[in-house]
Amino acid sequence: MRLCLIAVLLAAFASCKPRNEAGAITAGAAEKVYVAPGKYDEFYNFVSGGFNGQVSVYGIPSGRLLKIIPVFSVMPENGYGYSEETKPMLETSHGSLPWDDQHHLELSQKDGTPDGRWLFANANNTPRVARINLATFKTEEIIELPNSAGNHSSPFCTENTEYVVAGTRFSVPIGDNQDVPIADYKKSFNGTVSFIKIDSSNGRMSLAFQLLTPAINFDLSHAGKGKSHDWFFFSCYNVEQAHTLLEVNASQRDKDFIMAVNWKKAEEFIKNNKGTLKNSRYAHNVYDETTHSATSTIESKVLTLDPSQLKDFVYFIPCPKSPHGVDIDPTGEYIVGSGKLAALIPVFSFDKLMAAIEKKDFDGDYQGIPVVKYESALYGEVQKPGLGPLHTEFDGKGNAYTSFFVSSEVVKWSIKDLKVLDRKPTFYSVGHLCIPGGDTKHPFGKYLIAYNKITKDRYLPTGPELAQSAQLYDISGDKMELLLDFPTVGEPHYAQALPADLIKNNSVKYFKIEENKHPYVTKGEKEAKVVREGNKVHVYMTSIRSHFTPDNIEGVRVGDEVYFHVTNLEQDWDIPHGFAVKGAANAEILIMPGETSTLKWIPDAEGVFPIYCTDFCSALHQEMQGYVRVSKAGSNTPLKYGTNLPDSAVAKK
Amino acid sequence: MKKYVYTAVLLGLTWACSNNSQPAKQDSSAPVVEDNSLTSSTSASSTAYDSIKGAGKYTNVELSATLDQKMIAAGKTVYEVKCAACHKLTDEKLVGPGWKGVTKKKSAEWIMNFVSNTDEMIDKDPHAQAMLAVCMVRMPNQHLSDEETRDVFEFMRNNDSSK
Repeated sequence: MRLCLIAVLLAAFASCKPRNEAGAITAGAAEKVYVAPGKYDEFYNFVSGGFNGQVSVYGIPSGRLLKIIPVFSVMPENGYGYSEETKPMLETSHGSLPWDDQHHLELSQKDGTPDGRWLFANANNTPRVARINLATFKTEEIIELPNSAGNHSSPFCTENTEYVVAGTRFSVPIGDNQDVPIADYKKSFNGTVSFIKIDSSNGRMSLAFQLLTPAINFDLSHAGKGKSHDWFFFSCYNVEQAHTLLEVNASQRDKDFIMAVNWKKAEEFIKNNKGTLKNSRYAHNVYDETTHSATSTIESKVLTLDPSQLKDFVYFIPCPKSPHGVDIDPTGEYIVGSGKLAALIPVFSFDKLMAAIEKKDFDGDYQGIPVVKYESALYGEVQKPGLGPLHTEFDGKGNAYTSFFVSSEVVKWSIKDLKVLDRKPTFYSVGHLCIPGGDTKHPFGKYLIAYNKITKDRYLPTGPELAQSAQLYDISGDKMELLLDFPTVGEPHYAQALPADLIKNNSVKYFKIEENKHPYVTKGEKEAKVVREGNKVHVYMTSIRSHFTPDNIEGVRVGDEVYFHVTNLEQDWDIPHGFAVKGAANAEILIMPGETSTLKWIPDAEGVFPIYCTDFCSALHQEMQGYVRVSKAGSNTPLKYGTNLPDSAVAKK
Repeated sequence: MKKYVYTAVLLGLTWACSNNSQPAKQDSSAPVVEDNSLTSSTSASSTAYDSIKGAGKYTNVELSATLDQKMIAAGKTVYEVKCAACHKLTDEKLVGPGWKGVTKKKSAEWIMNFVSNTDEMIDKDPHAQAMLAVCMVRMPNQHLSDEETRDVFEFMRNNDSSK
């Protein structure tokens, strides 16, 4: 074992250029990941998109990319963020933002098990949390976090999805005067941790309360489970409170913290009116499936709790060297902190932590918050596990799997005796890892997926920018077995996986046209029309294989705001239609069966402009086209429209 | 195992346009998430294909001597939303054939099966296949409920009775 470790370390450090160790794959691997044409994968794998701001969906074990769900970034290929209906989803207190950085995902849970209803996603850059509906695979809601910057320790949820949390990676000045010198960091900055309440009937989010914390950096978090149900744990770094050259200045102390929050107690404080309602400004965007449209509202209040004033519900546990992941085992007893710069993994005991709090076994306080003695909360340490531990997931059989960035490996260890059982190299520099249900009370196990930051020589070169990669391991045996490498889009961080059965039978196939409540719906070609209101022209248009109605439109003028409200009349699965118009400054739209979607177009020149369907729909798809005649501003060209009208006929409104 | 093979065969048969070959189970909640188990399309059994009644759930449709005006009105609404884009009420072909005379040429069962079990009918029925060769667009299954299917048929009957 030791020799093996040395060999791995040698491989990692002997040269900066990683070597391709394809020999690690055994002969049976291909069979284990082969999903025959027409067959389904066993698991859905939801993977954060990192700097693409989206969420991608893969099938496991095949590694096939099934879908990219647009969340925080615009997506011209289907019109997300460009259609009039979806524009409000990207509104914030800073206006409409076309991009964000999406790092972590969490599936909604019931009794500590994924229930397949929703997927939560965080935005790092402009702090937000999104909720994706897993029946439609559409982003249905986005809430902005006020008093926050760098929403990294998010969007993890409690066992019954009571709350989804968010926290500040960057502490910032909070309150009325935010124009302060950066050097006043220690005096003027604060962190916050937000608890977002989830309505169990429909998933709707609301900002329940915010904890005002010392100006440290929150990195990751996970909820307790079982016995630790009432608690939430956050990893903290930069206890030094540095504001420059953090690479050095935030790595001075031997230990940073894991912050333990008793959210049940926080609820009691709120019930007893101990919170302070503060003015704030944040956007809350909701997509309604019946109107197929989103609305954005600006909220103005947030309830704040100050743990330095309200005692006994927030504690710090010392944790070595800038902890990154904080992961709770399926029993809820063991709390695993992964210090990025530590040479060991500390495992804390929830029971010991409770006893220490009970006995006030503290090592003083940190800005008014008690610091529990390290040894008093510690269950034990995994010695020499590897270099640069980041994240840990669980298989439900008493084992933990930790990713090591610096030594590029995944290490399996036993929770009970803290012994390393197996280690396998990753190619290269693994960040997050994921076991289906691996952060829940009942892991599904079977596979482990490692998400690697560096791929170098793993795939055909594509210039300076290379794909990130995922690596699939079979973890059903004593030793992990590498099965597959597959490239990923964006840069994956955390991911979630669950058995396909929990989702696939609920998947929506089309929207019922009778129930479409879009204000500009066209229910049948009989209702198709063009209406001018001043310089606004509303086109009530239908699409069905394979024509638009109307497909000939005259009487539009240069500078008009033309709104094509396209209703897809199809009522069958997998028959979307697309719509594009020449010269449109935004994008196209894809309209799902039974849905209405709107593309805005401001014609900039006289002429005749083609429109057409962009999503291959039938043998006569190429015929699904039409024309819009644009006359000069102020012209008297009469408004005419229709499909298949005799050339002499005039449909005038 | 046998079931899988069967599913695979059905998949192969119906893949060309849509996987959804059974009648819609219309529940009241939008949007639509129906059971997609392809095995429930049981009409692919060993019994000979009935080209008079077609394949599907309708084996015996009772027709009243007089037309039901309420059903006609309801059928007209369905027609305008889900059918009129492709079918005229005259005998003129648009995307699909015009409806004039259809109830004289085809049985009630055939028409209602074709409306509700479109994919299987297109794959099996000689007449439907001949129409596909003319129209070149597979008729979409517009997922009419049982009631809507019957209403549309009454609307067709009325269309054929009027001058």
